[in-house]
Amino acid sequence: MDYFLELFLGGLTRGSIYALIALGYTMVYGIIQLINFAHGEIYMIGAFVGLIVAGICTIYGFSGISVLILAAIAAIIWASAYGYTLEKIAYRPLRGAPRLSPLISAIGMSIFLQNYVLLAQTSDFLPFPNLIPDFEFMEPVAYFIGSPELVILVTTFVTMILLTLLIKKTKVGKAMRATQQDMSMARLVGINVDRIISLTFVIGSALAAIGGVLVASYIGQVNFYIGFLAGVKAFTAAVLGGIGSIPGAVLGGLVLGWTESFAAGYVSSDYEDVFAFGLLVLILILRPAGILGKARKQKV
Amino acid sequence: MLKVSNIQTYYGNIQALKDVSLEIKEGEIVTLIGANGAGKTTTLMSICGITPPRSGEISLDGDTITGMSAERIVQKGIVQVPEGRRIFPDMTVLENLEMGAFLRKNKQLVQQDMNYVMTLFPILEKRKNQLGGTLSGGEQQMLAISRALMARPRVLLLDEPSLGLAPLIIKQIFDILKQINKENNTTIFLVEQNANQALKLADRGYVMENGCITLVDDADNLLENDAVRKAYLGL
Ligand SMILES: Nc1ncnc2c1ncn2[C@@H]1O[C@H](COP(=O)(O)OP(=O)(O)O)[C@@H](O)[C@H]1O
Ligand SMILES: [Mg+2]
Repeated sequence: MDYFLELFLGGLTRGSIYALIALGYTMVYGIIQLINFAHGEIYMIGAFVGLIVAGICTIYGFSGISVLILAAIAAIIWASAYGYTLEKIAYRPLRGAPRLSPLISAIGMSIFLQNYVLLAQTSDFLPFPNLIPDFEFMEPVAYFIGSPELVILVTTFVTMILLTLLIKKTKVGKAMRATQQDMSMARLVGINVDRIISLTFVIGSALAAIGGVLVASYIGQVNFYIGFLAGVKAFTAAVLGGIGSIPGAVLGGLVLGWTESFAAGYVSSDYEDVFAFGLLVLILILRPAGILGKARKQKV
Repeated sequence: MLKVSNIQTYYGNIQALKDVSLEIKEGEIVTLIGANGAGKTTTLMSICGITPPRSGEISLDGDTITGMSAERIVQKGIVQVPEGRRIFPDMTVLENLEMGAFLRKNKQLVQQDMNYVMTLFPILEKRKNQLGGTLSGGEQQMLAISRALMARPRVLLLDEPSLGLAPLIIKQIFDILKQINKENNTTIFLVEQNANQALKLADRGYVMENGCITLVDDADNLLENDAVRKAYLGL
């Protein structure tokens, strides 16, 4: 039972990160039906910015969780600027073009960003400082869950609550939903949909940056290629939950995290990916639109 | 008030509007009738800036609005109830109405208008927390009109509001259009295939065929016009 709980919490932690990144895929897909292949690279860039800022902060004598917060804020701002620019130069000019064109542009941007970081930095793994101290109050439960996991869980949880409030309650959140449900009708009520699309990219990128910094600090290293793997996993989570659906992305992330964790714990860590993608295939056979996805209605 | 002069609108290489001109005066109800595919929807979408014309001019009170963004045009007071109602399906009735008032800042006046549309269509009050997609066709049309009213339109454009509705509901909706026109002096431009009802409501009418305006006259005269009777009234 203890082992089960440990795997459960491990899966929850892992899954909440997948969910955080998956939100970026699903929000963009929901609004412009584009799979933003460069999203994983935004996550990677977030991690790098976190690394650089953490380094600078450490030089200036900051330590621990305050460095993490500063690194995360810098990563959010930087990654958001990248996400905003990415949409503006790589996707907006292709709006109204056949669907394959922005998809190819997305793959191109992904390759470009990877290589740009490769050239600007290095191909080696760079060590990322562990910014999360061991909290004393975590001693009694340390066997099941460590302080880093707790920080990840709390951060992702709070972020998701804030996102939900934004989308459900605020005017701009409602405009995002309206744009997603019927873009030309949104224009007819006076919503500037270009601005809403930019905002969607900014929010998705900010979430990815938070994920990037948390994971880099947790795992302890970064390189230019980490965005690819994280991106594939998060994309799987988004499809699993039903791409375009926000609760679906969260659920998909958690289901994927648990599947991997339990597969690794009870079978073998060599097989965790087999189980993860096996689950994806199974769900897509049983529910092609994903767990919470709706079959897309034909829009006139 | 609203003047469309010689507009030509294209979808890619296909020309949907060939030199369309029309004029609507303040406080008037004007209808545009024509068969399926004549270009009625394109005319409304051109006015609203969704499919901007390639040439020609559209002006409101003498100021040109050609080439303005859809957002600016709504701000100027030209608001459309599009074909097929286009309710935001996963938003509640209240949220749909709020979206109609998207560009308005004065919360008090918005609330006042919210109450006004609920007195026009009391069923919306009952359904206010229901998702738009779960409403019946007639209720959706009432919501679509109410959503447009939430923008305080000076000119209200409606694209086939009677489509697919029962005769009783159509009558109710047309009565309300008349009331809105009278009470608020809202100018109404009504696109319809249901020519008989539309011409009875309207002051004047335009007839459109293949992207061109072919007839314009007082609505009463059009109701008596032989060609119109044959082609659109089935008489
Ligand atoms: N999105 C579009 N792409 C290409 N052609 C279109 C499009 N929408 C309308 N058309 C064409 O433009 C013409 C006018 O259509 P429309 O304005 O919808 O007519 P109406 O509203 O009178 O039925 C039709 O021939 C139609 O096929
Ligand atoms: Mg039409």
